[in-house]
Amino acid sequence: MQVELHDIHKTFGPVYANKGLTLVVPSGMIQGILGENGAGKSTLMKILSGFIQADRGEIILNGKQVVIKSPADAIKHGIGMLHQDPLDFPPMQILDNFLIGHSGGIFPQKIKAKREFLNLAKEFGFSLDPNNYVDALTVGERQQLEIMRLLWLGVDVLILDEPTTGISAEQKKKLFETLRKLAAGGKTIIFVSHKLEDVGDLCARVAVLREGELVGSMEPPFDNEKLVEMMFGKVIVQPQLQTIKPGECVLEMRDVAIEDYRLKMSEINLEAYAGEVIGLAGMEGSGQSLFLKACAGLLRPVGGAVYVHNENMTGKVYRSFLQRGVAYLPASRLEEGLVPGLTLSEHFCLADGNTGFFIDRKQNLALTNTRIKDFNIHGLATTPVESLSGGNQQRALLALLKDKLSLILLEHPTRGLDIESAIYIWRKLKARCNDGTAIIFISSDLEEVLNYSDRILVFFSGRVSRPIRADKTNVEELGELIGGRGWTKLAT
Amino acid sequence: MSFEIVLIGLATVIISAAPIVFAVIGETFSERSGVINLSLNGTIVLSAMISFAVAVHTNSLIFGYLSGMVVGAILAWIVAFSSISLHQSQVAVGFVLTETALSLAYFLGSPYTNSQGPTIQRVPIPLLSSIPVIGPLLFNADPLTYLSYLLIIGAWIYVFKTRPGLILQGIGERPAAAFVRGANVNRLRYMYTILGGALVGLAGPIFSLGVKAGWKGTISGLDGFGWIALSITIFGGWNPVRAAFGAYLFSLLQWLSLIAQPAFPSIPGAVLQVAPFPLMILTLLLVNISDAEWVNRTLAGMPESTRKVIARILRALHASPPAGLGIPFENE
Repeated sequence: MQVELHDIHKTFGPVYANKGLTLVVPSGMIQGILGENGAGKSTLMKILSGFIQADRGEIILNGKQVVIKSPADAIKHGIGMLHQDPLDFPPMQILDNFLIGHSGGIFPQKIKAKREFLNLAKEFGFSLDPNNYVDALTVGERQQLEIMRLLWLGVDVLILDEPTTGISAEQKKKLFETLRKLAAGGKTIIFVSHKLEDVGDLCARVAVLREGELVGSMEPPFDNEKLVEMMFGKVIVQPQLQTIKPGECVLEMRDVAIEDYRLKMSEINLEAYAGEVIGLAGMEGSGQSLFLKACAGLLRPVGGAVYVHNENMTGKVYRSFLQRGVAYLPASRLEEGLVPGLTLSEHFCLADGNTGFFIDRKQNLALTNTRIKDFNIHGLATTPVESLSGGNQQRALLALLKDKLSLILLEHPTRGLDIESAIYIWRKLKARCNDGTAIIFISSDLEEVLNYSDRILVFFSGRVSRPIRADKTNVEELGELIGGRGWTKLAT
Repeated sequence: MSFEIVLIGLATVIISAAPIVFAVIGETFSERSGVINLSLNGTIVLSAMISFAVAVHTNSLIFGYLSGMVVGAILAWIVAFSSISLHQSQVAVGFVLTETALSLAYFLGSPYTNSQGPTIQRVPIPLLSSIPVIGPLLFNADPLTYLSYLLIIGAWIYVFKTRPGLILQGIGERPAAAFVRGANVNRLRYMYTILGGALVGLAGPIFSLGVKAGWKGTISGLDGFGWIALSITIFGGWNPVRAAFGAYLFSLLQWLSLIAQPAFPSIPGAVLQVAPFPLMILTLLLVNISDAEWVNRTLAGMPESTRKVIARILRALHASPPAGLGIPFENE
């Protein structure tokens, strides 16, 4: 189906999200939409998929003008959207998820639906068990489920919003393969991303958005430097990072065993040295989060021992770890890291460790303003944290850390951030390393793991590799490992 | 105690559990859709009083029951309107409503204190009631008790086996995802809250026209059932069958405290009368204890074999609330 968007305008209060955007995507094409956070790409896609309505402009499908009032309406017109965080029902069974929203009689025909589900899964080579529960799936598998569901409902246009965030290299390959197959079958694919390499791999044409406007379009061969310039309006240089000589041992794990109701890991051994960066790679839910929680005392290991500065900390709580200079930064910044509703200055007040009963406003304001400046946070002392952008929230979290730390544990430090913010965050983290802090971080972005780590641990369904030196490996090898292959070679 | 007497006692347990069954399943519907109706306690007492008064005036049981449902539906509508349309806190509105309804019941009900009203009679079901043990236990009851059996089974099938039931689970779990799938989230939430309120409202007349017949003002003994019903809904993991089981357990505890009285003359009667309430709360705590962080911490320190067994039991008992419970939904 040919999709045409003509002169789309959309404002949120005084802010222009879309400013006269026009885009024509012919049938069977994989169209990439590239742009930074806040460039207006999500807004445009939400308009096309019926989530919100444009203030002005037309949507034309196969030459016919349509009005899309709701997501359900969009599906009737053959437009389906795969959201970044798949909109499904985690505690429910896969088959039930598949069925919700499919119209029919009071009692769903489960046997028929299951057969069609399995046929679709076979067609695309997805291995999903319809009786399994969605919360047992990885993000990549949940995407596969959503794609199958949308196709089952008969969509002709598939919109994907940042689909490669949080999925493994293996799953990405599978996803791209599927999308190519769908496009070859005449489906129109709109692929929204801020990752150049993904768009370059997949798309037959790329449109670049900046500040709500279409700034350019490109067909292969793609010139990455030119694309970056279009996205940012300026040239961005990746800084060279020097490696830091590791110092004394900050954290030691000796034969540690961790488990929750899904995963069991045992015989984990690791020594982390001051100034060192250790990256944890693996598909989401392979055990790296549990491992990181165990490093912080947020999860009690079922076996083995954890030492911080040669002191046995096994079974101690996070508070004791924090007193010994271990800090933990969770992935969900707003839910676990910050307190929504409180302002930046109130956050610094909570974190600075003053024990006086009344707040010293003056001192607090001075501290806040210094930190805001030091960490380049775009906000005021009186700004509530939830109205900061993701990158600024992450900077605020870093700014809240104590000055002297021996170990920082981070979950997805740059997830959802644009390149500029990510570079900034890492510069700040590396500065910490220079002062003798060790860093252990989780990332699903293999490039990030390779670029910033000294050593890497790979996780695969509860198995943990020995530490691999970052300069002795590459993205391909890591990709194989997180997909569960090449482990025997690694052991020898 | 002879077997027959125990059987008669247990049959009474089942009959007196019927109002709680209606209340917990009503609340289960409401909370499954994402709305907490905290006004249960007041709703039950007010609907008991009003339906009794209606039954006295009309001399009709049917009108009594219907008026109870109407009272429940109206109170639920207030919760729905203030939370869904006005975006007010469900907890605050529920609390105020429960107290208001309670006081209103005692105020409006004073002329009817100790009036004579109709009472529902037991109707043994032919054939079924002559089955040994099961017959006298389950099928020698009043029509509302039979209706409660049907409600348990029907509600379970509806929630887990039908298409609208799946959508009901969806709007409570993740309203945005249900909206994308074409559900009119707020309209459905209104519907299920009002339906749930009507079922809760039916609990009142089942008390005042049967189980605890009549209206005796503040000593009617109905105050408190609403709160217990709310906690049983949680204990039941938002599953109609499990919730009904909780209602029966509570009813059984009440009966046991009654028959324990002569056996322990040294314990004041009042203590035994309230004993089921704290016992029920203790049960709830034990069932959902796996949520506590210290439990997991303690478990992790135990030897593997013990840990496995306990962890499995806790996981089987564990139920997580609908993720969208109490959160208003706006489609951007």
